[in-house]
Amino acid sequence: MSDILLAAGIVMTSAGAMPADLRLGEGGIIAVGPDLDRVGAEVVDCSGCWVGPGLVDPHVHLREPGQEWKEDIESGSRAAAAGGFTAVVAMPNTDPPIDSGHLARFVADRGRLVGLVDVFPAGCVTAGRAGQRLAHLDELWAAGVRVFTDDGDSVADAGLLRRAMEYLVDLGGVVSQHAEDRGLAGAGQLHEGEVSARLGLAGIPGAAEEVVVARDLAVTRLTGGRYHVQHVSTAGTVALVGAAKEAGLAVTAEVAPHHLAFDHRAVLSTDPAFKMYPPLRRPEDVEALRQALADGTIDMVGTDHAPHAAHEKDVPFEDAPRGVIGLETAVGVVLETVGLGSVDLFTRMALAPARMAGLADRGRWLAVGEPATITVIDPAVSWVAERFHSRSANSPWRGRALRGRARHALLRGRFTLRDGEVQW
Amino acid sequence: MRHLLDIADLGRADLEGLLDDADGFVEVLARPIPKVPALRGKTVTTAFFEASTRTRLSFERAAKALSADTMTFAPGTSSLSKGESLKDTVLTLQAMGSDLLVMRHQAVGAARRAAEWLSIPVVNGGDGAHQHPTQALLDALTVRRRFGSLEGLEIAIVGDIRYSRVARSDLLAFSSLGAHVTLVAPRTLLPVTTEDWPVTVSPSLDEVLPTVDVVYLLRVQTERGGASVFPSLAEYTSRFGMTRERRARLKPGAVVMHPGPMNRGVEIADEVADDPDSLVLEQVSLGVAVRMAVLFRLLGGEADV
Repeated sequence: MSDILLAAGIVMTSAGAMPADLRLGEGGIIAVGPDLDRVGAEVVDCSGCWVGPGLVDPHVHLREPGQEWKEDIESGSRAAAAGGFTAVVAMPNTDPPIDSGHLARFVADRGRLVGLVDVFPAGCVTAGRAGQRLAHLDELWAAGVRVFTDDGDSVADAGLLRRAMEYLVDLGGVVSQHAEDRGLAGAGQLHEGEVSARLGLAGIPGAAEEVVVARDLAVTRLTGGRYHVQHVSTAGTVALVGAAKEAGLAVTAEVAPHHLAFDHRAVLSTDPAFKMYPPLRRPEDVEALRQALADGTIDMVGTDHAPHAAHEKDVPFEDAPRGVIGLETAVGVVLETVGLGSVDLFTRMALAPARMAGLADRGRWLAVGEPATITVIDPAVSWVAERFHSRSANSPWRGRALRGRARHALLRGRFTLRDGEVQW
Repeated sequence: MRHLLDIADLGRADLEGLLDDADGFVEVLARPIPKVPALRGKTVTTAFFEASTRTRLSFERAAKALSADTMTFAPGTSSLSKGESLKDTVLTLQAMGSDLLVMRHQAVGAARRAAEWLSIPVVNGGDGAHQHPTQALLDALTVRRRFGSLEGLEIAIVGDIRYSRVARSDLLAFSSLGAHVTLVAPRTLLPVTTEDWPVTVSPSLDEVLPTVDVVYLLRVQTERGGASVFPSLAEYTSRFGMTRERRARLKPGAVVMHPGPMNRGVEIADEVADDPDSLVLEQVSLGVAVRMAVLFRLLGGEADV
């Protein structure tokens, strides 16, 4: 197999972004620098593009096992590759939930078999995601699980959370929390505010998220554990996370593209494409989230890619399941809404999630000797999201124009995305 | 106007045009043979996924007075119980030859969804706690016929605002037509915010009584278990019930309205409900004329009435 030369891009190195070629061969990246020798290499033009470490999504729902009519690991991997991702952390709220080693191995193996992205299963904190007793954390760890979450629900019992965090201190794992107080969220359908009042629908106040995060941060302080806040949706949570980081706690946070792009006024349409939990918040929350992703208070983007079949979403708003897909549109949405520079974009969408999720051989800038797991982003290209590789199409960006998109992606030297086409 | 889904979709001129048409149909309904051939050959289908008597019957009466045929979809005995989706259900009703669908559904936005799915006009007969536009039109017509105009009137809407599609619809219509609306309710029965609503809010019925022209009482939804939002029905009545004593403190010419069904002895006392100045039954009668105006407008009836 000949070498690959990614030519004339802006390359993300530990010294910053620099115009350079990148030569890939046996064993990964073999040369970085301007005007590299092209002899014996397949030259891939990357001019005008950012060449960085492979993107990682710390929060996706691939629905397998159990809900394959929405998505499976194959279709979800294709969607991830199309979006420029080279690894995803698959949430464990499948059927059955991923609460033991053999189930985690099944997910990882299926991912390997498909081969387009590395699929890292997250494991449940509690057995069956039932919130009653701890899942088989050691067994999950042995199967490669590094992220523990009951996503879809909070770990509601603070005592149980404490025990999980204490237990994971020894292993080094992280608890990734879907922060939503069940009592405050109630039967809420959208953010509690003028839109919920106008529609006559029950709302979910921002406090439903903030009380859980505030409590969990206290437990983090108590245990010395690692804590990750999923899909931050309010300015209040941003402030809590910022203060916890200043206090030196081992805390990370993610934001979903839809929370950067839309506020609750989008729900006035009662279009189920805008139904997700946590819900779209106020314009001032959106502003705070954008600012926090820009300044690093929020460390990373997690799409919360949540596929649902057309017939499930083609119902009245309150009858629709929660969630939207996001893998294939994330890069464009993040670039449009936050306008991150190249280094910040790869920090938030590749390095930070890889480090949070403890992914081996990731979380570092491009350099000679590193694996050839690379995403090439064209930040200027205009395109319209119309057809999706995901099995589902529940996207609020369907039919909308976006600017910025992954052009190529390689996983350990093999193209998974080339000129915008999934290599499948 | 292609559908009637939300009062917010209508401008003042649209509202007044519909009320003008309704005035004409009031005259039609007073004729010895209260029927015109305006919609002959058209089929109006009612699909009420949530219990209703007066609204459904009123629509059917209105359709028949316009010589339209009617079909009634009864969810209790239908394929819904076999798991048919809402979308398939309304597509089926359209495919059977419905020219217009009147729909009530417990889910907010259900009628708007149906309007997206269908090519025929859809009339929202109530969606959750969101909208009930023909109720707003008939209430506006009732007030307009009593006072000549809504311009400058003071209207109090009293009670369960939070869960009321009637309140959400009426306040938009009343204020669009020039009236000033005050919402009167305990905090627990108000929406989480009314900041951007064209209304004033008061916790005291007694305070607003002397200044209002219309007291619009909402039904206390006892079936939702009032206990969680106010201490007891008796306490509700003592603060917000329209008793004979409160009736006596209204200014001369002021009227009491209620969308029905009434909880006598809770939000409205017998003496008030049965008072000659109560407009409750007038509202029901005018509901037929208003719905004739809506059906006529949406089905593009050309015939002279």
